[in-house]
Amino acid sequence: MSTQTIPAISVQNIIKRYGDFEAVRGITFDVADGEIFGLLGPNGAGKSTLIRMMTTLIPVTAGKAIIAGHDVSRDSDAVRRLIGVIPQALTSDIDLTVEENLSIYAKLYEVPKATRRRNIDDLLEAVDLTKWRNAQTKTLSGGMRRRLEIARGLVHNPRIFFLDEPTTGLDPVSRVAVWEMLNALKNQRGLTMLITTHYMDEADRLCDRIAIVDHGKLVALDTPMALKASVPGNNVVEVQFTHESPAWPQRLERLAGVTSVESQSAAMYRVLTSNGSLTTTQLVEMAVSHNETLKSLNVQNTTLDDVFVHYTGRQLRDEQIKPVGFIMPPRPGMQP
Amino acid sequence: MQRMWAIVEREMRKFFRSPALMMVSMTLPLVQLIILGHAFGGKIRNARMGVVDYDRGSQALKIHEAFNAVAANIRTFTTVPYQNEQQAREDVRNGKIDGAVIIPAQYSRRVLAGDSPSIGLVVDNTDQVMSGALEAEMQSLVQALNEPIIQPYVVQQITLKIVELYPYVEYMKYLLSGSIALAMYVAVMIGGGMLYIDDKARGVHEGYLVTPITRLELVLGLNIAGAIKAILSGVSLTVIGTLLSGLGVIFHPMALVQLSLLIVAISIAFNGMMFLMMVRVEDPLVPRAMFGVLNTLLFFPSGAISPVSGLPPWLKAIAAIDPFTYAVHGFKSILLKDGGFTAIGPDLGFLTLFGVASLLIATPLFKRTL
Repeated sequence: MSTQTIPAISVQNIIKRYGDFEAVRGITFDVADGEIFGLLGPNGAGKSTLIRMMTTLIPVTAGKAIIAGHDVSRDSDAVRRLIGVIPQALTSDIDLTVEENLSIYAKLYEVPKATRRRNIDDLLEAVDLTKWRNAQTKTLSGGMRRRLEIARGLVHNPRIFFLDEPTTGLDPVSRVAVWEMLNALKNQRGLTMLITTHYMDEADRLCDRIAIVDHGKLVALDTPMALKASVPGNNVVEVQFTHESPAWPQRLERLAGVTSVESQSAAMYRVLTSNGSLTTTQLVEMAVSHNETLKSLNVQNTTLDDVFVHYTGRQLRDEQIKPVGFIMPPRPGMQP
Repeated sequence: MQRMWAIVEREMRKFFRSPALMMVSMTLPLVQLIILGHAFGGKIRNARMGVVDYDRGSQALKIHEAFNAVAANIRTFTTVPYQNEQQAREDVRNGKIDGAVIIPAQYSRRVLAGDSPSIGLVVDNTDQVMSGALEAEMQSLVQALNEPIIQPYVVQQITLKIVELYPYVEYMKYLLSGSIALAMYVAVMIGGGMLYIDDKARGVHEGYLVTPITRLELVLGLNIAGAIKAILSGVSLTVIGTLLSGLGVIFHPMALVQLSLLIVAISIAFNGMMFLMMVRVEDPLVPRAMFGVLNTLLFFPSGAISPVSGLPPWLKAIAAIDPFTYAVHGFKSILLKDGGFTAIGPDLGFLTLFGVASLLIATPLFKRTL
């Protein structure tokens, strides 16, 4: 079989058990060469457990993870040479300089001395940290440290890059900067990337394909566009009435194009529709006919939030506040 | 090997970036050396001894003269006259005086009659150092009073002549061996144990584990770095401590060689022991909680502050497997006795074997995964 036909990552019915609890329950997917693949799910869904099995950090209970043709359980050393990993927590040495951090990791990967310096120079340029190369890491901002970690994961020119929630804890500007940098790295180096995230916009913006994971199971897998198209209704209408009435849901369901109505809070509803403009017009007329005024009205296209709700029956944001199911045993100092 | 040395390089760069660790590792032993060395090193001076004289005869006067001689020369105590025994006892009890001598009525008459009179000594035996010093001084004084005025023709008294092999060793010098070992222990505990667990908790090890580094390379890298930190701490405290204590042994080349070997062996032993204890620990609180307990458990039975021979059997059993014991013995042999390789050979052997054995047990216990 030629290397072109081998998927960069092939996960086959993989399972991880902690005692009686099954954190990952038989997930299967392939990631093609050069693809950015997203694992989307709330905290505790099993994303980090899955990525840790693929990166040889924790043993696989059952099933297989094949990375660039190498089984993580049988040929972990070969896997480690081919992958770059950015863990969830910021783990660069704060007492070392930016360059020292990269240099130590280059040595851990046995990057030849002749190419080590050039690799580091190129990476510092790519992550825009050249002028900070001699700065102690403790003096960097969170966004800069995350960029340093990304450079660190690439110091040995890996084929496949695993990023576990790469923008968690970053401000919006830094998040966008990281996205742009990852896109640029993908284009320049032809990297295959697997990213876990619980940010919908991140998955939407970065990923070629997205796997939605919930309670250790794969509930959906496709491109962001196809996932959104798979949700009945092309538009989302969010409406808030001035007065609450138990009749609103039924009245909304009767409007043209409406496929589902979801109560958000008091007198506020989220309506999925296949015809946003017609539904909106009828909604306004219906309100007038019942002598009701609208507090707010918002029409938008289907988002990955809607996709997540459609496939899991829950809001991702709620899950972030009240995580359910198994959460990877917290190690001290690790970010939640 | 490059990967192993990368771990060593990382650890040492961090170590030299944070000189606080070096300072912290030496502060406790140095403070202990200086404070304890001076606190326990001196003899009792100018204690206050109450004297209740119910006799006031010629023989009692001899006792007063002997007391005056003590106050003027050796100065172990000065006397405070009392009128009655009850008051003197009460003042010993409440700490106004350190002891009281009671010369009973008819003392002089009974001495002259050869009637074996007694002198009373009241001491506060909750303070064993003070009471011991006063008792010893009084014993010596009474012995002098008992000397016959006319020596018998045949003297049958047996005397003991003490030959001291080494010059008088002040307590600070005695304590120095333990202080150097303690500095190395603190360096290993903080620089090895605590930082190792902190790194684990911060996810630094997770970063290592996704690289191709092998378990052995990682274990050796961490331990070599830990041993180097302990060596630096040991060398620093040896130099500072010997200069503070007035020991010139570090200027003798052979002693330097012996000290170097001993310090390396201790580093291997302490670091191996610490790594074995920490290899499966995840919680950063554990090494901090263990610090004091281990310090007490390992330092005090080692002979660092009092001889091992005076310990109860169960503590002697701990001392027998405690690397501190061999570290302290080795340092004392070099610093105080110029014992040579014959004296430190068993210490070097035990410490090296202990360290290697600890690492051999710890290595398979070290998890290559999370």
